[in-house]
Amino acid sequence: MVPLSHYLIVSAILFFIGVLGVLLRRNVIVVFMSIEIMLNAVNLSLIGFDRFLNQHDGQVFSFMVMAVAAAEVSVGLAIIISIFRKKPTINLDEFNIMKW
Amino acid sequence: MLSLTWLVPTFPLIGSIINGFWGLKIGKDNVGKVACGSVILSFITTVLILFGLIGLPAENRIYEQVMFDWIVAGDFAVQWAYQVDPLSMVMMLVITGVGSLIHIFSIGYMKEEYSYYRYFAYLNLFMFAMLILVMGSNFLLMFIGWEGVGCCSYFLIGYYFDKQSACDAATKAFIVNRVGDFAFLLAVMFIFYIFGTIDYTEVFAAAPHKLIYDGEIAIIITGFLFLGATGKSAQIPLYTWLPDAMEGPTPVSALIHAATMVTAGVYLVVRCNILFMMAPMTMMAVAFVGGGTALLAATIGMTQWDIKRVLAYSTVSQIGYMFLGCGVGAFTAAIFHLITHAFFKACLFLGSGSVIHGMHHEQDIRKMGGLKKHFPKTYFTFLVSTLAIAGIFPLSGFFSKDEILLHSLIDGNIFLWGMGITGALLTAFYMFRLVFLTFHGESRVDPDVHPHESPDIMTRPLMILATLAAVGGMLGIPLIHGWHVLHNWLEPVLFIDWQTIVTNSTRMMEEHGHVAHLSHLLHHKEHPDAGLEVALMFLSVGVAITGIVGAYLCYIKYPKLPETLTDGQWGYEIVKNKYMVDEIYDETIVKPVVQGSRLLWKEADAKAIDGTVNGVAQIIGWCSKQAKQFQSGYVRNYALSMIIGFAILLLVVF
Repeated sequence: MVPLSHYLIVSAILFFIGVLGVLLRRNVIVVFMSIEIMLNAVNLSLIGFDRFLNQHDGQVFSFMVMAVAAAEVSVGLAIIISIFRKKPTINLDEFNIMKW
Repeated sequence: MLSLTWLVPTFPLIGSIINGFWGLKIGKDNVGKVACGSVILSFITTVLILFGLIGLPAENRIYEQVMFDWIVAGDFAVQWAYQVDPLSMVMMLVITGVGSLIHIFSIGYMKEEYSYYRYFAYLNLFMFAMLILVMGSNFLLMFIGWEGVGCCSYFLIGYYFDKQSACDAATKAFIVNRVGDFAFLLAVMFIFYIFGTIDYTEVFAAAPHKLIYDGEIAIIITGFLFLGATGKSAQIPLYTWLPDAMEGPTPVSALIHAATMVTAGVYLVVRCNILFMMAPMTMMAVAFVGGGTALLAATIGMTQWDIKRVLAYSTVSQIGYMFLGCGVGAFTAAIFHLITHAFFKACLFLGSGSVIHGMHHEQDIRKMGGLKKHFPKTYFTFLVSTLAIAGIFPLSGFFSKDEILLHSLIDGNIFLWGMGITGALLTAFYMFRLVFLTFHGESRVDPDVHPHESPDIMTRPLMILATLAAVGGMLGIPLIHGWHVLHNWLEPVLFIDWQTIVTNSTRMMEEHGHVAHLSHLLHHKEHPDAGLEVALMFLSVGVAITGIVGAYLCYIKYPKLPETLTDGQWGYEIVKNKYMVDEIYDETIVKPVVQGSRLLWKEADAKAIDGTVNGVAQIIGWCSKQAKQFQSGYVRNYALSMIIGFAILLLVVF
């Protein structure tokens, strides 16, 4: 039996990898993937708590997160494609016109 | 009959609306018909109401017609209601009667004007406002009329708005009137504060119970009312606007600045006679201001060269007589003089209008002379009215002025009478100076000008007015040892319950620990000695004839005499410059106010207030400029700030 703390530690490591990816990488696609990693890190901890507490709310939540993530991926990819059409680059630092 | 009351002010209002909105469309002929028709209809209605009022027993002659609730706010309720009683009846007859004649005269006088419709729209609007002023049943409605006539007066003085002097005169009239209006408004507020109502009947019925005879409150209320009256009626210290108001068309001067509007102050004082009778100090001030104005304006009138300005000073002086009459408690005499003055002064102004019209807008009497043969009808009517204003028996001015002088001697004192009789001498002198210089002697007319008599539409109203000026005195032929028609007619309005006043005032004064000596008020005034009355009549006719003879000597017999008498005299120069009152007001009031306002504008408004507002805006702009640095447009910066915020939140919570 793997204790709860192991799940949570893996989840936290994954989450931090995601955060660092969002903050440090310039490639839009990689940033996008890092966001997915963060979401799945949360899913992992939800499942861990689900097992530990022997209730099934966590599974319901993780399905919810997956559904939202799927929707988010489709919208996000659409945005990325449309900005790529305006400007043929996927470097995030090139996109800074959304301001005052 | 009495239920027709509401129609009287409504007709001119409708006429004004039609002419104001569709005047250009309906053409000049129709504008004239609408304007005159509406006023004549209102005159006919007034006469019908008069018959209705005569039909009532004397003590019940008061009729109130409520149109609608106007202002209702808590305890304060004002109705739009008309009150017809003997006093407002007299005023309505004068306003609509003289007003009709002046409207008809205007058709001829204004014929060549482009803005014919504008003139008549304002003139009708004036009639409406003036009728509201005299017919309102409470002080606030009177105030509406009071402001309305002031506003129409402003419009009509500034009728020739492309002329700088006319605009200045209009502004001056409006601003000087404002001073008086403010005082009037204060008086109305005081009345509401003390009585809890502003309805005439209720206020006057409560006055003997709530006011103390000669108490501070009575003096304050009447003092403010009188200050309001001095503004509208051109008395010292607010008379300076009236001579300048002559910039308007001449029929306007006749209607507004001679016959009706300027007598509103007299109406106000007579309407509030019970309040004034309870404030003997104010009455004394009224009498002295009236007498002083009568004398002062008469002296200025002797030195003016503009035909209309002479008449303007004459108006100021005659209204001074009315206030002199009010001040000594002779309210009937004041109203009597108001009526006769409306007749002869309207006739004089319209006569001068006829001359100005025939002389192609020449107003300087030095460029007239010998006009008798060119203006036979105008001359005759002008002469009759001049004799009337000079006080020659048996024309109307004789009776009314004589009555005021008689009362100023027996109810007032010798000083008031002295001012009055000197004023009468000067009146006869300057009016005949005007007649002699205009119509008699050598012609000094410009050779390019060809004087011609005015058309019938102008001379007929003159004749009617001259007839009225001649026989108007019949209303008040003094029945020696008795009273005359007008006195009996006004009796119910002027009734004062001295018994209640004395009882209540004595009680209230004793409550305040004062000793009251009021019993002398209960003694009935004895009728004047018949011998004195007759002697005064002879004296005033003698004085008038002296004035006329003086004018004859100065301006016909020895035309060089006035010059030799006045040349180089500093006294003459001062009088000719109107005692420098305009200049003094300019230096002491107008300039400091203008400079103070300029200071407030440049320093307080432009710098302090605008500076504060702009400064606040600038500070906020600067802050925003700093804050907008955070919005870099880089998504990862936003993500970083989110994460930092979340981390802080975690630290705070755990």
